[in-house]
Amino acid sequence: MTRRHLLPILVSATMLLAACGGSGGDGGGDAGGGEAGPTLTIYSGRSEELVRPIIEQFEGETGIRTQVRYGATAEMAGAILEEGDNSPADVFFAQDAGALGALSSEGRFAALDPGTLDKVDPQFRSVNGDWLGVSGRARVAVYNTAALNESALPDSILDFTADRWKGGKLGWAPTNGSFQAFVTALRVTEGEEGARAWLEGIKANDPKVYENNIAIVEAAGAGEIQAGFVNHYYLHRVKAENPDFPAANHLFPNGDVGSLVNVAGVGVLEGTEQPDEARRFVEFLLSEPAQQYFASETFEIPLVDGVAADPTLPPLETLQQPDIDLAQLDDLEGTLRLLTEVGVI
Amino acid sequence: MALLPAGYLTVRAADGGLDRMLATVASARTVELLVRTAGLAVAVTVTSVVLAVPLAWLTVRTDLPGRRAWAVLSALPLAIPTYIGAFAFVAALGPRGMVRDWLAPLGVEELPSIYGFPGAWLALTLFSYPYVLLTVRAALRRLDPSLEEASRTLGRGTRATFWHVTLPQLRPSITAGALLVALYTLSDFGAVSLLRFDSFTRVIYVQYRASLDRSAAASLGLVLVALTVVVLVVETRSRGQAAYHRLHAGGARKPPVTPLGRWRWPAAAACAALVGVALVIPLGVVTYWLVRGLAAGEPLRLTATLVGHSLSASAFGAAASVAAAWPVAVLAARHPGRLSRLVERASYAGYALPGVVVALSLVFFGARVVPAVYQTRTILVLAYVVLFLPQAVGAIRASLLQVNPSLEEASRLLGRSKLATMWSVVLPLVRPGALAGSALVFLTCMKELPATLLLAPTGYQTLATQVWNASSEAFFGRAAAPALALVLLSALPMALLVLRESEREPAAPATGTTGPGAPEPDEEALAASGWRPAPVS
Repeated sequence: MTRRHLLPILVSATMLLAACGGSGGDGGGDAGGGEAGPTLTIYSGRSEELVRPIIEQFEGETGIRTQVRYGATAEMAGAILEEGDNSPADVFFAQDAGALGALSSEGRFAALDPGTLDKVDPQFRSVNGDWLGVSGRARVAVYNTAALNESALPDSILDFTADRWKGGKLGWAPTNGSFQAFVTALRVTEGEEGARAWLEGIKANDPKVYENNIAIVEAAGAGEIQAGFVNHYYLHRVKAENPDFPAANHLFPNGDVGSLVNVAGVGVLEGTEQPDEARRFVEFLLSEPAQQYFASETFEIPLVDGVAADPTLPPLETLQQPDIDLAQLDDLEGTLRLLTEVGVI
Repeated sequence: MALLPAGYLTVRAADGGLDRMLATVASARTVELLVRTAGLAVAVTVTSVVLAVPLAWLTVRTDLPGRRAWAVLSALPLAIPTYIGAFAFVAALGPRGMVRDWLAPLGVEELPSIYGFPGAWLALTLFSYPYVLLTVRAALRRLDPSLEEASRTLGRGTRATFWHVTLPQLRPSITAGALLVALYTLSDFGAVSLLRFDSFTRVIYVQYRASLDRSAAASLGLVLVALTVVVLVVETRSRGQAAYHRLHAGGARKPPVTPLGRWRWPAAAACAALVGVALVIPLGVVTYWLVRGLAAGEPLRLTATLVGHSLSASAFGAAASVAAAWPVAVLAARHPGRLSRLVERASYAGYALPGVVVALSLVFFGARVVPAVYQTRTILVLAYVVLFLPQAVGAIRASLLQVNPSLEEASRLLGRSKLATMWSVVLPLVRPGALAGSALVFLTCMKELPATLLLAPTGYQTLATQVWNASSEAFFGRAAAPALALVLLSALPMALLVLRESEREPAAPATGTTGPGAPEPDEEALAASGWRPAPVS
């Protein structure tokens, strides 16, 4: 066989594969027609790597079949808005509160049972009662335990502008999305000028700049920096593999903006044809096994009271949200402008 | 259909009220972005042309050592999605990248930053110059050598002939390729976001991602559409009215080979350097992740289903795009006029927009107008056509322009119907262009992400979505195997095509009289004979 024959062969092989794929792949579009009962369609902004096991567990326990569409949270939310009343989605499982808030304010969610809502602290759910947080992640300062005692760390992230932290002792990742969400919150609590002053103060302390949270955690453990601003769970991922890793998380108390909590949460679509199954899915996410799963597998903070969480996680009762509505943290463009003007990105 | 995204943007932008729309569009920030983005597009396009034209000439017309291998390898960077390629560049060349680690023992503390304009320029050039390379190569092969021979006979040297005869003949193919590069640069999100260049697409994504502000995003999208129109007008101006087909019947002879002499090895080294940066760095980084992931016991995440889904959706996308491109290309090449120009330009509307905009416009259209096909493969293939139609149009149109219309006229005079002429005369001649176009669309569909995520049937996963899924949680080991499979499989048709074409070229000056195989009867149906000129030097 010469090379010249390869192309037609390849084309025919592809078409054959295509035909096979065609017979197997297409029925996905219309849900609920199957003989084995209704199918719950879940749009997940959380990645398959993280949530597939827990969704399989839901199927196993309830016998409800699911179809899951994975994508980025914002694009999924955009799609639900564009689909309007024809959305095939029954449930939206989102990575952050902003997208849930956007759908809520467009009236795309159905009201949840008060009994279900009450399982979650009001600071982590919708004021309209139509979505709730399932698991939380807190901003913290990760610090090197050989270089610092926790008592050396300030109670407010605002105090890191002090001279004590001059000269490459701090690490941050100004291009990282969760850091930018924190800056957006800072602009809400401290005002535009307060946020600018904080950024300029930290910049004047000459911090080391990193790509992302995980690089900061590694640098803190290696003693390259004394402390850095990150999400809490990256340290837990490292410690799961190396329990002696010499770093710890410092949670800023008293609702300091430095320990902003963001949540992954869920809402049921208005007009769903599977309201009962959708409700059971929401309840399942708040159940003990699911909450345990998030605590032990993704190291997020369970938001349901009374779940025995990993003792190394920040306890739920110490979490105190700064006085802002998570769903209102949507002016990233303004934050990017500020970061650019200060000259840190 | 191609205008759907633009229509959707107009509806969404108008949602926010005319005042807000005007305020968004007229803000100083928008103007600044416009200048930056246009600057990037110009820089990437010019560099791509500067790289691709000599490379095409080297791999088609000279005795470059390993010419056939370079011909294939130099086209392949196109198969690397920017979201993988730019990521690999950061991993290799970034402030804490592998290259810095290697150089650290030599005292190198810091590499020059690849972020911002330089990195985006480099990455986009390296992953899109093959658009120009492929169109120029195709044109070089089909040029009538007698023009160059005439120039030589009249006393012009190799260089002067190239500048004054060959290059002007290549103009339509250069502009066709350059147009694809420029519009690709406008629409790309992977490279500009990873390399942190503030372009229009990045800001449109920020509007969607952080604020879900669809009307502001739509207003910015409309500015991008306007920018596309400007690019298309410039392209039309540079197209001109010249004829590029051969004037006599026996044209399709093999072009002469230029011996490079002492430049042979430096030229090969230049090819190696380019391939090294554009192909070896990204693939090397991904392979490194694969090995490290396997060593750590990470799952491979590569299944036959994923491969099947990717191949079938992309194959249908390619076939549908070529079918849809055919009438547009015929209209543009054979019936030039205001209307046909408008139709051809409209086909570019989806191409310069970020994928997420096109995807959301089809979500809007699909869920509200044709819910029966929404989230089926039908609408996915439709999205691919809207996104990538211009690649097929460009390839077919360029081939058509090189076919002398008198052949069609002759066929009609001899009594064949319009349809039969199209089938038995034009189609065989344009087949290489159509094949090249479909290989190009196939490859682009394989790496497409936003539309696939939103429009494929629920649960229908492809290699690209699997790469995205694993890498979005920083599980690079798990992303590596599907990423490698994605690059290799999408490059395969393109590689075979390039190989097949270069087999028909004279391998070296010495073999001037016999080719490596019998001439393909279909492609050269109307070429007079296998006669080849002795090399002129």
